[in-house]
Amino acid sequence: MKKNMQQVCKLLVQTIAFLLLSVAAMAQNVVSGKVSDSKDGSPLQGVTVKVKGSSTGTQTVSDGTFKLTVPAKATILVFSSIGFKSKEVPITASLFNVSLDAASQQLNEVVVTGYGTARKKDLTGSMTAISSKDFVKGAITTPEQLILGKVAGVNITSNGGAPGSGSTIRIRGGASLSASNDPLIIIDGVQLSGGGIAGSANALALINPNDIETFTILKDASAAAIYGSRASNGVIIITTKKGKSGKAAFTFNTQVSVGKITKKIDVLSPDEFRAYVNTYGTNPQKALMGTASTDWQDEIYQAAIGTDNNLSVSGGLTGKFKMPYRVSAGYLNQNGVLRTGNLQRLSTGINLNPTFLDNHLKVDINIKASNSKSRFANEGAIGSAVNFDPTQPVRTNSNRFGGYFEWLDPSATTGLKGLAPSNPISLLLGRDDKSSVNRSVGNIQVDYKFHFMPELRANVNAGYDVAKGTGTIFVNDSVKSAYKRDVDAAGVRKGGINNSYLQKIDNRLLEFYLTYAKDLRGIKSRIDAIAGYGYYDNAYNNFSYADYFVDGSKRVNSDPAFATDKPQNRLVSFYGRLNYTFNQKYILTVNARTDGSSRLNPDNRWITYHSEAFAWRIKDEAFLINSKIISDLKLRIGYGITGQQDGISNYSYLANYSISNRTAQYQFGDAYYNLYRPVAYNANLKWEQTATSNIGIDFGLFDNRISGGLDFYLKKTKDLLNDVNQSAGTNFAPIVLSNVGNMENKGVEFTLNTQPVRTKNLTWDFGFNVTYNRNRITKLTFTEDPTYPGQRYGGISGGTGNSVLINSVGYNRGAFYVYQQVYDETGKPIENLFEDRDRDGQITDRDLYRYKSANPDVFLGFNSSATYKKWNAGFVMRASLGNYMYNNLFSSTGIQRNIINPLNYLSNGSKNILESGFAGSGQRFFQSDYYVQNASFLRMDNINIGYNIGKVFNEKATLRANANVQNVFVITKYRGADPEINGGIDNNFYPRPRTFVFGLNLDF
Amino acid sequence: MKNYIMRIPALTLMVAAILVSCTKKLDLFPQNDVTSEVVYSTAQGYKQSLAKIYGSMALTGNAGPTGQPDVFFPGSDEGANADFYRSLWKAQELSTDEAVIAWGDAGIQDFHNMNWTPGNQFLTGVYYKSLYQITLINEFLRQSADGKLSDRNISGADAEAIRKYRSEVRFLRAFQYAVLMDLFGNPPFVTEENLIGGPNPPQILRKDLFAFVESELKAIETSLPAARTNEYGRADQAAAWALLARINLNAEVYTGTAKYNEAIIYSKKVIDAGYTLSSNYRQLMLADNHLNKNEFILTINYDGAKTQGFGGTTFLTHASIGGSITAASAGVNSGWSGLRTTKALVQKFADPSGNTDKRAQFYQSGQNLEIATQTTFTEGYAIRKYLNITRTGALGQNDVFVDIDMPLFRLPEMYLIYAEAVKRVGSGGDAAQALAYINALRLRAYGNTSGNINSVDLTLQYILDERARELYWEGFRRTDLIRYKQFTEGSYLWPWKGGVPGGTSKSADLNVYPLPSSDVNANTNLVQNKGY
Repeated sequence: MKKNMQQVCKLLVQTIAFLLLSVAAMAQNVVSGKVSDSKDGSPLQGVTVKVKGSSTGTQTVSDGTFKLTVPAKATILVFSSIGFKSKEVPITASLFNVSLDAASQQLNEVVVTGYGTARKKDLTGSMTAISSKDFVKGAITTPEQLILGKVAGVNITSNGGAPGSGSTIRIRGGASLSASNDPLIIIDGVQLSGGGIAGSANALALINPNDIETFTILKDASAAAIYGSRASNGVIIITTKKGKSGKAAFTFNTQVSVGKITKKIDVLSPDEFRAYVNTYGTNPQKALMGTASTDWQDEIYQAAIGTDNNLSVSGGLTGKFKMPYRVSAGYLNQNGVLRTGNLQRLSTGINLNPTFLDNHLKVDINIKASNSKSRFANEGAIGSAVNFDPTQPVRTNSNRFGGYFEWLDPSATTGLKGLAPSNPISLLLGRDDKSSVNRSVGNIQVDYKFHFMPELRANVNAGYDVAKGTGTIFVNDSVKSAYKRDVDAAGVRKGGINNSYLQKIDNRLLEFYLTYAKDLRGIKSRIDAIAGYGYYDNAYNNFSYADYFVDGSKRVNSDPAFATDKPQNRLVSFYGRLNYTFNQKYILTVNARTDGSSRLNPDNRWITYHSEAFAWRIKDEAFLINSKIISDLKLRIGYGITGQQDGISNYSYLANYSISNRTAQYQFGDAYYNLYRPVAYNANLKWEQTATSNIGIDFGLFDNRISGGLDFYLKKTKDLLNDVNQSAGTNFAPIVLSNVGNMENKGVEFTLNTQPVRTKNLTWDFGFNVTYNRNRITKLTFTEDPTYPGQRYGGISGGTGNSVLINSVGYNRGAFYVYQQVYDETGKPIENLFEDRDRDGQITDRDLYRYKSANPDVFLGFNSSATYKKWNAGFVMRASLGNYMYNNLFSSTGIQRNIINPLNYLSNGSKNILESGFAGSGQRFFQSDYYVQNASFLRMDNINIGYNIGKVFNEKATLRANANVQNVFVITKYRGADPEINGGIDNNFYPRPRTFVFGLNLDF
Repeated sequence: MKNYIMRIPALTLMVAAILVSCTKKLDLFPQNDVTSEVVYSTAQGYKQSLAKIYGSMALTGNAGPTGQPDVFFPGSDEGANADFYRSLWKAQELSTDEAVIAWGDAGIQDFHNMNWTPGNQFLTGVYYKSLYQITLINEFLRQSADGKLSDRNISGADAEAIRKYRSEVRFLRAFQYAVLMDLFGNPPFVTEENLIGGPNPPQILRKDLFAFVESELKAIETSLPAARTNEYGRADQAAAWALLARINLNAEVYTGTAKYNEAIIYSKKVIDAGYTLSSNYRQLMLADNHLNKNEFILTINYDGAKTQGFGGTTFLTHASIGGSITAASAGVNSGWSGLRTTKALVQKFADPSGNTDKRAQFYQSGQNLEIATQTTFTEGYAIRKYLNITRTGALGQNDVFVDIDMPLFRLPEMYLIYAEAVKRVGSGGDAAQALAYINALRLRAYGNTSGNINSVDLTLQYILDERARELYWEGFRRTDLIRYKQFTEGSYLWPWKGGVPGGTSKSADLNVYPLPSSDVNANTNLVQNKGY
């Protein structure tokens, strides 16, 4: 591959050089002028000034001025800018002063699409673009949080409150059961790999959100099918900020934030705990209590300070060699609310966009690089703090176990009670888990507009996504968690951990496409076509090391079977799209993509996806074109098939053998043998396919002061990549990934954006979106089998092998599968008494039933922003309805057996024990619907306020100040700490802090 | 202009040529995993595959102690239900008077309460682990066929050794089918003729499976290494005879036709092969119990350093520690406060103190004989049979993973089979010999002849009780109670049998466990056992 890339790159350079040398100059005039905002006369920077009907153009600089060399025959200049209505001005003089009117809805806005850009009004698919001015404000450490609650059909749930932690993104509910439901993410033309990297909680967190210019979300098949096999879960295209022509403009912003947890887990207070143990414990158990009163949750959490500083410079080299540029640098330092956690990120972005050959040759170079240094707090402390006996002190005067209080067992070899929880502070302070991750994502894209045929362009994009994650884990040998944990090769018992790890990612891509765009005025038609090729190579380099004790000696038999591994996969694609517009009103789009994947058997390797869509610009029909009320109306209809191969492991069609580790040998006689195990495989794996139908309208009223869209969709996935039970005896695993099952998602999305107030001094924008998604599994087995209850999953803490979720035919994905609790006349649950639903006289797993679901039926987003003179303010709010949660803290800690542990130690637990009074004997009470609680919520994600201080430093700079609060409040009936947890099981969730942020922004 | 027109298509073509060549690069192979051709290119590779087959009884996967499980079900705990012996043990012991467990694992209390269902995770675990080993064996038999050996240029002593491996793995397959026949009655049936990824295998009826197991064992009887000549941990002819003795003793349960004479013949063959009882019963289940090679016929070998898992004897050692028992006294780091026994077992001993019959290894301090709640560890006597310390009192290699090997067959079972079979039919054996074998066990247990019995004491019920005294917690009890028609019947009740404090009878359908629902759903050829 590397060699090929080199060859292609060489070729590219030759091509560019050849084209550079071959161009001749032409006769030209020079025009110049200044562009201002019609509202207040302020100069507008970055307005595109173009000669109509050609690609000759420039952009205004920071004082609003521009200078452009135009061909002698040019007659009209077009001024356009995002957020303003474009204007056409005849070239009658050489000096222009033009004012632009703000546009409430940018119909002519150019949005990023798959392989190119399109005018919003020409779109036939369902897609939403969000640009930087609409991003969520505040202390945002990871990019996806920028569009939280902003887009209908897109549900983003952060995976917890740890610094830089990632999010689960679901577009229209995802398309799969067992395979990936994550959308494809493309940053400046480079697809990010789905997998993470050692040392980073979240691959996206390696990108600085401050560098991002736009998000485009492709939701339906028509929009996404050009990405073929990776498009079933939707596509998110991210572009970063680019330079604009003109003098260098600097922007500096700085933020300081402080975060605190909003709610602790409701556990027994020390007094309640004492009363409880005194009531229910035996004398020896009562004697276990200490005399302290410790709030362990107060001990482990802290106020988390964070700072974020970003400096960017953008401008353009002018003159003969035109090159807009933007260079940015950022430094983030964010503490976690869980003590010891910290993330520091240094990031830089470079965007160079030179043009050559009279704008015929455009080159985009984007390089993003970052170094993230993390210290990961030991999240085991979260559960341990809930469980730890509140009558015990944090520290004892002992010099054993780091001086921390621990449960002891003098008879044990370690002197410790093995299964008792560890002191939470010892877990946190005793473990130093650090990583350093370098990542760089970049590409060079060369776009050549053919001289002899300007409507034809060739585009080559070569990109990479490389990362290297390293880390060290150091645990003191005196703390409980690693105390005398094992023996070395000499059989000497030792403790502590002194380990390191290393992983590398090396992803490369090469794309080449031709586009052809032509207005065929004679037949009132326009054709936009693209045909391309893509090559994607994804490789990991995993390094494995032995396990070391704190003194540097090796744990016995811990050498890995292999020191390195290099899992790799490749995808090769051919794609094309044709856009045909007739009479500017009727638009037809056809997409096709053929993909080949290295993960599949050569017989099943290739597949072709396609989509067809039609749009009708009703507004442009004669009967509406003059309407004062309806300012926009478009109907979109689309159908298409997309696919997926993520979730298939790299070599799962091959019949291979793997060798066992050194701790999995077998003894014959006096010799030990490593084991050769045949690996389970499925030679018949193929692509999972999703057919999506979409009908939507886009509308605008009253000069687009009210605008929005309504979409209905139906997604049917077949040949689900699904973990399927194999007939025992037919494979080397009981469950093997296979293509079995069908699922559908139907939904409605509605978006409304309004501008209720628009005056010179005051504007107010209010937006609202709502999504209804209904998921049904329609098939799960090869042959229809009504007796099959479904695939159970969702293991919980408590007992072993207890699970509470199921996927079954005819039901929602992620239904709870539980017993129906019986209550006494006072409404108190009776332990282990359940409804005998099958009336066979006993409670067995045939009495389990499907109850509610972890997935919401409806989710909503609200956002508002207002400006009044120099002030601005806004908020973002989200709601989720119909989602339920299994409260695992109630069930595993709020029982007598946990508090007064039969292993002779005490643990704290959920206050729910005082309501339920459960002893916690037996197993079935864990699976009671009593613990499944309504987790619908309304969350105020963000409230912000800003003030434009104006010119400072002798008028040389503009200063703005802002303040905001994140995670302001949550309204919910849910009885745990946070109703918004992926997967529907609440257990030791890293709490999301409430964060107060103050920031300054300086432009100079 | 002409230049462009000439050159650009040429360039485009060149680029296109490079691109097309890229499409051929979709054949990728793993760096570390290897194909069967590589594995089986050497005799050592065959031995490592043989080790996997044996090792799959001791380990839950290829990582040790957990990770890369052989048999994994989402949401389940590899150590708890995907270990062959641990799950087999639970099925054979927790459903009887010999063992009670305090835990809340899904389905675990159903054993005591006799309301297990086809979804039971432990039954599912042992079923799939048995069939997993059979699948490995079938693959091994395909890869070791004579034609394959000659293709791979393996000949001479290497080929001869591999032919012995074939007999051994056929023994192991017969053993696993015997386990499936006993627990589930009518499992699916696969041999080396069933290829990977092939169609659903057929179901085999219990009596047909009996015939298959018996014929396989007879077929390999002579090609296996002679008794007591193979490496420790590997099967020999005595193992085949021992299994034949065991299945013939239970033949009436499996087929409706008694075959006690065959039980006598094969148990006698084992006994006459030169095995002897170790002198001290309490040294049978210690960290260095491989020293009992004179008594053990076939073992699952565990090693605290090199064969790590949370099943087998590691489970038995940790789970039986709780209450006031110190973990250190068992050579491990912690107790899991799970296993105790009912008074029914305790009362099988005239003197449960252990002072006379040394096999009584009950721990009474702080433990109640009576059980009010099955999930309270201190109710029911604890048992101290499995200890990770050596005969000399040294600790095992590791205080989590124990060194204790688990005998699948040991000599006393053969004595007991012989005595019971003689008692039941009498024709092929010798009653005096039967009494002598029983007294040999009692002599060892008491250290003198004070525990010896005479022929009038030797009733069938006495033999069942003697089996409990000698073999308790070794995975036999359910099979024995079924053979004696005491498992589900009202003729014998023990505390909490059927979920009732005083015990109750249950449906005779429970004498066979249900086929796991996951396989009944996957394999449309399977008909669920009656009553489930």
